This record gives sequence, C-alpha cells and structure tokens, in this order.
Amino acid sequence: MVPPGTPLYRHRLATRLWHWINALAVVILFGSGLGISNAHPRLYWGSYGANFDHAWAELPHFPGWLTIPASYNLAISRRWHLFFALVLAFGLLAYMVASLVNRHFSRDLALTAKDVSPAHLAEDVRDHAEFRFHDADDPGRYNSLQKWSYLLVIFVALPLMIATGLALSPGMDAAWPWLLEVFGGRQSARSVHFATSALIGGFSVIHLALVILAGVSNELRSMITGWWKVPA
Amino acid sequence: MSAAILTRRALVAGGIAGAGGLLAGCDRVVQIPAARKILFAGEDMHKGLQRALMNRGALAPEYSRAEMSPIFRSNGTSNPNTPLYNEWAANRFAGWRLAVNGLVDRPLSLNLAQLRSMPARTQITRHDCVEGWSAIGQWTGPLLGTVLKAAAMRRSARYVVFTCADLFGGQPYYESIDAVDAFHPQTILAWAMNGAALDVPHGAPVRLRIERQLGYKQAKYITAITAVANLDGIGRGKGGYWEDNVDYDWYAGI
Repeated sequence: MVPPGTPLYRHRLATRLWHWINALAVVILFGSGLGISNAHPRLYWGSYGANFDHAWAELPHFPGWLTIPASYNLAISRRWHLFFALVLAFGLLAYMVASLVNRHFSRDLALTAKDVSPAHLAEDVRDHAEFRFHDADDPGRYNSLQKWSYLLVIFVALPLMIATGLALSPGMDAAWPWLLEVFGGRQSARSVHFATSALIGGFSVIHLALVILAGVSNELRSMITGWWKVPA
Repeated sequence: MSAAILTRRALVAGGIAGAGGLLAGCDRVVQIPAARKILFAGEDMHKGLQRALMNRGALAPEYSRAEMSPIFRSNGTSNPNTPLYNEWAANRFAGWRLAVNGLVDRPLSLNLAQLRSMPARTQITRHDCVEGWSAIGQWTGPLLGTVLKAAAMRRSARYVVFTCADLFGGQPYYESIDAVDAFHPQTILAWAMNGAALDVPHGAPVRLRIERQLGYKQAKYITAITAVANLDGIGRGKGGYWEDNVDYDWYAGI
C-alpha cells in the first residue's frame, strides 16, 4: 500500500496541455453549437430535411446564458464554432501522436484483463457508489470505469464529432463523399453530431462531479503541475 | 461534513458561474479587433484546407429522382416585387436581360431564349442552408463557365459578381465566387427546377447553382454577372450581401 500524501507525477505535459486546450474548445464549441441549433432546432434522418419534412426531434430554444454569443447571431456562432473546430481536431491529433510516443496510451489507457472482467467492473461500480476511486496498491492507475469513459471520449465521441462535423460541410462532401455514405446522409450526420454533443456534455458534467468528489485541489493541481498526492 | 458539502456546493456554483463567465467573456473577446481577426481567420484556414483536400473539379454528390425532397422550401426573398421585376414576370421574362460585363472582351446581353438555347446540364443536388436544413432538387441550365467563355473573360478577372433583382434595404442582393468555383463543372445558371421553368420563389428566371457551397451563395433573380479583379468597392467589399451585413463567411464551403 502506498501511504497517503505520497506525491506522484501523474500527468505528463502533453496530457495537461491538451486537457486544457480541449476543455476550452469543448466549452466554446458547445455554446456556439447551441447558438447554431437555435437557427433551425429540428433534427432529421437521411439526406434531406427541412420545414415540411418529418423531424424526429424538435429541440428547445437554448437561452442566452448557454449560447455564444448570448444574443442570437448565427454568423458569429459559426465563426466561433468553425475556428474552435480546428483547435479541437488538430489538438486531438497532436495529443494522440504525443500519447503514442510518450506511451501514455499503452501505459495508462490500454485495457487489461481486469478492465473487461464483468466481476471487476461490478466491483468498480460499487467502489464509485462509495466514493472510492483509487486502488490503494496502485493509486496512480486509472480505475476501469475511468479508462472506459476516457477511451470512449478520446477514440469514439471526439472523432465522431469531427467526422460528422466534416460531413455537414458541402465542400468536404465533394472532397470526401464517403463521409455521407458512412452516416447515411447529411441530415443523419447532423443528428449524430447533436446526439454525440449531448454525450460529451454528459461526460463533462460527470467528469466535473467526480473531480469535486475526488478532491478539487488535488485533482486540479495534478492537471496543472502534473503532481498528485495519494489521498487518504 | 456539512462544511465540506457547503464547499462542494460553492464549488459547483463557482464552476457554473465560471463557465457562464467564459461564455459571456466570448462576447467581449469578439469585440476586440485583433481577436476578431484571429477568429475570422478560421474561414481562410478552412478554405485552404478544403481546397488542398479536394480536386479542383471534385463533384458535389448527385442524387436520383427518388431521393428528391417532396417539397423544396424557398428561402430569402420569395418575390422581388419591384415594378421592373413585376413587368418581366407578367411577360414571362421576355423583357429580362442578363448582362455579362466587367473584365470581359465581349460584353453580352442575353435574353432568356438565348440562355435556354445554350447546352445545358441537369443535376439533382442537395441545397444546404447555413441554418442547418437541406433540400434536394433538380436544376437545369448552362454552365457558368460556358457563358464566361462566350464573353471572353480576361485572365485578370479573379472573381465573378452576381447582381440580383431583389432588394435588401434598397440595395440589390449580390454575391460573388472565385474563378475556381465559377468554372466548376456543376456551377450552372439554372433556368429550370424539378423539370419546370424556375418559379418566382426559387429565383425566376435564372439563379446560380454552386454546389460545393451553402445556400446564401446561390444567388436568385440574377440580372448581371460581372468579372472583377477584386471585391473592393463592391458593396462594403466583403463579396456579398450577408457577408457585408452580418459577417457570414465569404467562403461558404464550410
């Protein structure tokens, strides 16, 4: 057992840099995305979809305190969204390359036999319910649910946001027509884009809640300086 | 314990206020000229990346008749409703003329019959509005490139400006595209939609179809096509009504 209070160097520079750049990009993309949603808050499936067509979902009007800019302005929402789309996409790419090179993926995120064992996962759920997030013998290691949620965000949700976002661009649809085939049409891609953004929003809320439960100052320090203290 | 809960509550409240502050901060940032310039540079980055990733002639997807929208909604002006336009419409656009001018060696003034007699392309394509909706329709008309070649557009021309018959705040709607899109094999001057003469809500008698860009570039009610070296001095210099007035991207392939 590692004694409580032991300092551990837990997050490398590439991870920390990307975390904050990506957090900023996600917040801005989410706010500006809700502003864009207000322009036409209806979701369709297939290639086309407009006012006279069947919408599978009608979204609420998002209030000004959630949108960028606060007062409706589609052009400015798009300026924010499209600039930070580049930050998100190239940031993710740089982080992935760095994490292969510095072995962050293979050391910290690669699944082990334990992470796929239903018995262990059930135990991990019980530990979370009791606010126990760290293995006393190997406290620096991500727990299994943590690994799965990071893997889901890094390798599924964020790439899906980028790919569906590209499919919304008429220029990219000419450059890479397979984008539309993958998602079954531009309006389907738009629906997947919105649904995945809700998934990322949900992840962000749970992530922040767990940071608070696990100890804000310790968690924040580790994501700023890299150093984390083994909790009691 | 209760102290800890209070702290947590304060932190949650602080976090929410912080995120709200960040969103509000964005509205301040966008007012700073240097920050605005960086943010708006995203358009050129996307344009550069897209042009690098696609062949000059890469085609927008085309669809079958079965894939067409049952109703293709109209958008923007649904009727220019000026005395001159109403007179044209009353005579089935017999009096309408399309001027092709600017940096051309042979300025043209084409009537609808002449335009209809030119070799035409028919394409079923998707129209994507900047707001998010899409509609699929069939368009027929000559390639813009054919018309520009007939007018002998000069090499010094870099952009093509479309002047329209509909007025916004007393000024004609206008749009512009560059030579890459002007000579694209799907860029046409459509005089027919879904197999019938183009109707008034969709831009009669002739509208632009530029299939790798968003809806606001698809100028309707065209009266003049002007080849220019740059966009300075036209409108407020940003290349289109929406670009000038609400900062829409000039490059609308995004």
